[in-house]
Amino acid sequence: MLTDATATATDKIRCDACPVMCYIKPGAAGACDRYANHNGELVRVDPHIVLERTVSHGGALVPFQAGGDWDGKIVHEPGVFVTAIGAGTTYPDYKPAPFIVSSEIDGVDMVTVVTEGIFSYCGVKVKIDTDRYLGPETATVRVQGEAVGHVTTSEYGSQMLSLGGVHHLTGGSKKEGRVTCDALMDLSNCKPVELTIDGGASVVVQAGYPPIVNGVAEERMRVGCGSATIGMFAKQWHGKVDEVVVVDDHITGVLSEHQAGKLLDIPDTGIKMKGRRSTPGRYFQVAEPGTGWGGTGITDPLSVLGPFDPKTARPGMTMLMVSTTGEHAAYYQLDEALTPVEKPMPADLKASVERIQENCEPALCTVLFMGGAGGSLRAGVTDNPVRLTRSVKEALTRVTSGGAPVYVWPGGGITFMVDVTRLPAGAFGYVPTPALVAPIEFTLRLSDYAALGGHMDHVRPLASLKENTEIRHMSSPQPSGSRP
Amino acid sequence: MKRLPQIGWLADGRRLHLQDGPIDLIVEARGSEASLRAAYHAAARRFTGLLDELCDELQMLRKAADPTQCLLEGAVARRMHAAVAPLAVDHFITPMAAVAGAVAEEILSAMVREARLERAYVNNGGDIALHLADGAHFTVGLVDRPDTPGLIGTTVIAADDPSRGVATSGRHGRSFSLGIADAVTVLAPTAAQADAAATIIANAVDLPGHPGIVRCRADGLQPDSDLGARLVTRHVDVLEEREILSALEAGADKARLLLAAGLIDGAALRLQGETRVVALKKFGANVQPAVSRQEMESAIDA
Repeated sequence: MLTDATATATDKIRCDACPVMCYIKPGAAGACDRYANHNGELVRVDPHIVLERTVSHGGALVPFQAGGDWDGKIVHEPGVFVTAIGAGTTYPDYKPAPFIVSSEIDGVDMVTVVTEGIFSYCGVKVKIDTDRYLGPETATVRVQGEAVGHVTTSEYGSQMLSLGGVHHLTGGSKKEGRVTCDALMDLSNCKPVELTIDGGASVVVQAGYPPIVNGVAEERMRVGCGSATIGMFAKQWHGKVDEVVVVDDHITGVLSEHQAGKLLDIPDTGIKMKGRRSTPGRYFQVAEPGTGWGGTGITDPLSVLGPFDPKTARPGMTMLMVSTTGEHAAYYQLDEALTPVEKPMPADLKASVERIQENCEPALCTVLFMGGAGGSLRAGVTDNPVRLTRSVKEALTRVTSGGAPVYVWPGGGITFMVDVTRLPAGAFGYVPTPALVAPIEFTLRLSDYAALGGHMDHVRPLASLKENTEIRHMSSPQPSGSRP
Repeated sequence: MKRLPQIGWLADGRRLHLQDGPIDLIVEARGSEASLRAAYHAAARRFTGLLDELCDELQMLRKAADPTQCLLEGAVARRMHAAVAPLAVDHFITPMAAVAGAVAEEILSAMVREARLERAYVNNGGDIALHLADGAHFTVGLVDRPDTPGLIGTTVIAADDPSRGVATSGRHGRSFSLGIADAVTVLAPTAAQADAAATIIANAVDLPGHPGIVRCRADGLQPDSDLGARLVTRHVDVLEEREILSALEAGADKARLLLAAGLIDGAALRLQGETRVVALKKFGANVQPAVSRQEMESAIDA
């Protein structure tokens, strides 16, 4: 949405949307907070943008001014009240207010209940694509010294954190609750947050961006564990080197002993690995976890090897050692005493290391907001809340959050997860309970809505909101008790 | 052709929304149907052209107020000047510090002149002008961060209280602050007075020279800011408890001076989760484990 603006030499622009005629610097907004200078262009930034984004997400409409233009005739008729949702408006008052709206979609009369839910029981699950050691499982994760969550079970190529939850929000000190609430809100709004892990690393997490571990930005996920890497690249190494060790915090792989090497008839090399052998060519715990090679703490890869077996090994044998991201690699040759000596890496082996790097996906932080929709929120949708829960379970009601798809956890209640990068910017707020405020929409057939005890008398056709031409008079005032 | 403001009902159909340029008003009144009709018409009529009127004198409104004389002509501009003049003796303050409250007041007075109302409010982005007939009262919700929703407490204003204006100032709002307060809410005889005083008290909540506070020139951020080269607060680190209390105390000292001078009726100061209250008899801190949104809405717009 553009309007005329005059650019000046200093790339400030003068907004002419109203007589205030603000000079606006790039990246800043005018006095109204509605128009801003985006790279020298005057753009409108008020809730229209949210509306458009929500529509483009295929989600529910949140009208800025749903009551329609004022025709000068109608005076304060409470009958146009559109919602009885127990969750309410926000401050300042121009933010979208909750309402229930029906719209025609593919000939089906649909109902969308739009509201903002307050979630005391909520948190974020953070997936950090890194093999670097972030801290022991169950270790406390802190922001500004306050406990906000913990390290949970890791996933393939990723470290996982579980942050927030009612315990940290309201179960601890006032400061702990406030810091937790701020951290959750920032993470959910895709802002960076620095986390420190007891007995581990400091990591800056921002949804959709690589993690920064101890000040170093992570670039890639490992291609697989050490054993998987052997499996993937055995053929490419065959005939070019006698032994390959892929160093990994989880499973370190050894080519000559690995099933993949056996299939290629790669002879034994007399290599002796430290750590605990799982199956042939696969070793657990070759070193302590850390931020060195392949998520271990080592900086000298030879420290994971014992002496070569003189019965099998022979001088001149060659060995490639590489980490599972290809970030670290070294090439060795055994001398007369069967001691590995580092040598310049041949070009074809260098190419295989680059191939490992190429196969590593970009490392990202991803943040899923997870919350449970409680009784009062559901009551805003229907007078028999449990029917809404059942309706969601029976897939008659579709749940979205800011128009983004959610995963609804099986079992009781409406506990859902949503990828925060799919919501419109700044979708999350808070109340000082502290608890987070997140958008949530329930979409279902009008007939199903009636069946589950929906507030049918407050349903309005979408057209009446869009056209802003008429205000409908209804005999019943808004629900009692909603006014002071 | 004259530019017309946006006038419409909010989604609930009971609050009138008036918007023009940077002005956003939420208006609601109670009274007989005929009174409401007259009052809303008066509000819409007075609002039309009001921004142009203000902008005609914008240059002068952005200059430090002269405490001894008022050369401004517009009704709103004169309200602004009247509100800041007593403060201009001891502080740098421009009439702009009272613009939101003065606009709210002007619209409310146009409504009350035309109709007998039980009660009414004009809320200009948190700066609120109130009308209360005998026996009526408003419960006002206090918000600590204008950029995020959340209630920190409530206060009640009854017809026999002197206050007819409520305003909140702090570093998260649209206007810049010279201080570090998250929010300072002030009750005063008029909305313009509350607006101006909230600005001055929020400026006083400060820890001068603290390394954790980032300040920038106002005109570096907004080229035509009335604050010119003055340093405005952009960031405040997490402060220690004693620092929070000392900054709040500095603001409370200022509030007590204004209270003694009869310029305000009370104030609530908020910084990093701590609240300091000056002379608010009916202040209720929000200590409930959970705030229902219904309660919040009622408290905010009541």
